[in-house]
Amino acid sequence: MYHAIVFLPLLGFLIAGIFGRMIGPRPSEIVTTSFVATSAVLSWVALFSVGYGDGETTVRIANWMVSGDLAVDWALRIDALTVVMLVVVNSVSALVHLYSMGYMHEDPSRSRFFAYLSLFTFAMLMLVTSDNLVQMFFGWEGVGLASYLLIGFWYQKESANAAAMKAFVVNRVGDFGFALGIFLVFYLFGSTSFDVIFPQVEAFATGAAGEGFSFLGLDAQGTLTLACLLLFMGAMGKSAQFLLHTWLPDAMEGPTPVSALIHAATMVTAGVFLVARMSPLFEFAPTALVVVTGIGALTAFFAATVGLVQNDIKRVIAYSTCSQLGYMFVAMGLGAYSVGMFHLFTHAFFKALLFLGAGSVIHAMHHEQDMRNMGGLGKVIPLTAVMMVIGTIALTGFPFTAGYYSKDAIIEAAYASGAGMSDVAFIATVLAALFTSFYSWRLFFMTFAGKARWGAGHGHAAQADAAHGQTTHGQTTHGQTTPGDDHGHHHDHKPHESPPVMLIPLVLLAIGALVAGYFFKSVFVGDGYEAFWGDALYTRPDNTILHDLHYVPAWVVWSPFVMMVIGFALAYWMYVRDTAVPARIAQEQPMLYRFLLNKWYFDELYDIIFVRPAKWLGRFLWRTGDGKIIDGMGPDGISARVLDTTSWVVRLQTGYVYHYAFTMLVGVAALVTWYLIAGAR
Amino acid sequence: MITLVHFLTLAAILFTLGVLGIFINRKNVIVILMSIELILLSVNINLVAFSSFLNDIVGQVFALFVLTVAAAEAAIGLAILVIFFRNRGTIAVEDINTMKG
Repeated sequence: MYHAIVFLPLLGFLIAGIFGRMIGPRPSEIVTTSFVATSAVLSWVALFSVGYGDGETTVRIANWMVSGDLAVDWALRIDALTVVMLVVVNSVSALVHLYSMGYMHEDPSRSRFFAYLSLFTFAMLMLVTSDNLVQMFFGWEGVGLASYLLIGFWYQKESANAAAMKAFVVNRVGDFGFALGIFLVFYLFGSTSFDVIFPQVEAFATGAAGEGFSFLGLDAQGTLTLACLLLFMGAMGKSAQFLLHTWLPDAMEGPTPVSALIHAATMVTAGVFLVARMSPLFEFAPTALVVVTGIGALTAFFAATVGLVQNDIKRVIAYSTCSQLGYMFVAMGLGAYSVGMFHLFTHAFFKALLFLGAGSVIHAMHHEQDMRNMGGLGKVIPLTAVMMVIGTIALTGFPFTAGYYSKDAIIEAAYASGAGMSDVAFIATVLAALFTSFYSWRLFFMTFAGKARWGAGHGHAAQADAAHGQTTHGQTTHGQTTPGDDHGHHHDHKPHESPPVMLIPLVLLAIGALVAGYFFKSVFVGDGYEAFWGDALYTRPDNTILHDLHYVPAWVVWSPFVMMVIGFALAYWMYVRDTAVPARIAQEQPMLYRFLLNKWYFDELYDIIFVRPAKWLGRFLWRTGDGKIIDGMGPDGISARVLDTTSWVVRLQTGYVYHYAFTMLVGVAALVTWYLIAGAR
Repeated sequence: MITLVHFLTLAAILFTLGVLGIFINRKNVIVILMSIELILLSVNINLVAFSSFLNDIVGQVFALFVLTVAAAEAAIGLAILVIFFRNRGTIAVEDINTMKG
């Protein structure tokens, strides 16, 4: 069964990728979608057999490499942590595959798109099922590759290519740390396999095994902290945490289903998964955990503030994702791994729902993404609007929805914990909850409520900024629509509700967003914890955070709810009641507004610190290093010297007959002389 | 008494004149052709002289062959020259340098 879960998407990728041209886009869609859907169903079976039964196992597939002490297997480690991720990845992936059949139906290269989606799914499954760090790194890089390919899927758009490269390069920074972390772990424990590493950690960190150990002047504890921080650096890159977050908003250049699958529900949570998987290491490196908490809190706060003022519907949700990932890392840093995983689990549902809902809006608006050109859509596309409401209340933590259980648990844990940075994390997460509520409802009101700001001028020069790349793409595909296709009305500017193939995934995700929290609350943060998780997550005996978070004062329990209501009221007041207020505030606080609108000037800062020096260095190495030195001394230099010599030699060829005759005669004379002298002897 | 040395000396002088005629000549190609004839004749003198002094008729037969070849060569050379003049309008040696590198 586990073979099928992991390798069906690979099979789908191979069929759609290699034979996609031969079998056509429709069969490619059906093959990939049905394979991933099968995986998804099997994943749910696995969840119940492992989580609620006793099905933990390790499936060894093959030996990968043996080199000295390093032995790496291809193996599937099936435990509670894995099956939770399997369910998240495969469910969202299957729904996104289905949704894409509607969303991408005008695109000429659908086979390629579905092949990439399945490739991503396979890589993500390799990541979450791996039983050693090297296989995990394989999946880690595989999802990075798929992410790159899908962000740059519309490769005719220059901005999409730039965004794809940015995502890849920023991830390289994190991956560099991750790779160093793997090396260090191997150096410390002599293996990359989790089964070998984890039992050694305690003895190394606290017991005799680490006695007198020294590495770069660090003792055993310090080295373990260093290893954890390096691994966390990889997690920061993949999960778009503060300082390495800049690629995520730009990644919205990709098609919207991709944003939902990769940049909201699954790939970006790989960092959280990594920390959870390495919990036995992190538990013995308290300093590293403090850093995790700090970075998570900072990201949650930072991304939420930026989300307040963005106008692109997908960017708002992207910053929201970034912020929610911060929440998850806060939980990880506090040692409440299952709480973080809980938020990961529920977040996957409502964030994928929000993204796919936004995709439905964009589809309805014919690839318009700027919320300033929307409004009043609630009456036109009511079903999408309802789905967005469900996604929004789940995200903001309305009672008894998914976000209510998971997000509030994180905030309570932050209050209950006595660990370093937990106070900061508490304040940051509560404030972020306020901002989250505000920007989510702002998004909703700007899109669905009020007067319609679309109409006559839609699709033309008026929307120059965000939409024009999309519009040009739309033009390239116009020729592909066949007559009788239900998109014959493409030039008609009226928004329209999405086809059922797009709405069914929305409905399923909405159900998940509403009830996932309620049903799985007990196993993630409640009484079912022990039975469900088994040995998958490790917590030290003195780590009682899961019990403490149930005994916090009432005002702490109520604070996120209050924040949610305030955020809703503010958004309602500013974007429905008195729509002049936002502009007035922006005018009164120009500095703050621009600071937020320009995302804390991170792109500009990185441009000055990294991009320009890197370009300068590249130019220097190209012009001087390669052009002048290597080419100058090498090929070009040699050919120039040859030319010099021959241009001198060529002067011998005067073209005059008598010069040639003279040369011949001299030759004859020399020959005769030679024979005379030689003959004399 | 005229000895072999005199013949050889004469032939050598003619040969040298022919060679110099080729090199020093700057005027026209006809002079070069004439110089070649001169060289061939000097060789013929050598052949005949040796033939006579060594009592071997082969040398004189060979001289006749050389004369035949020289005549044919002169005919072909002059014919080329005429065609060349027709094409280029000149037979000055200075102008014939198509082979210049």
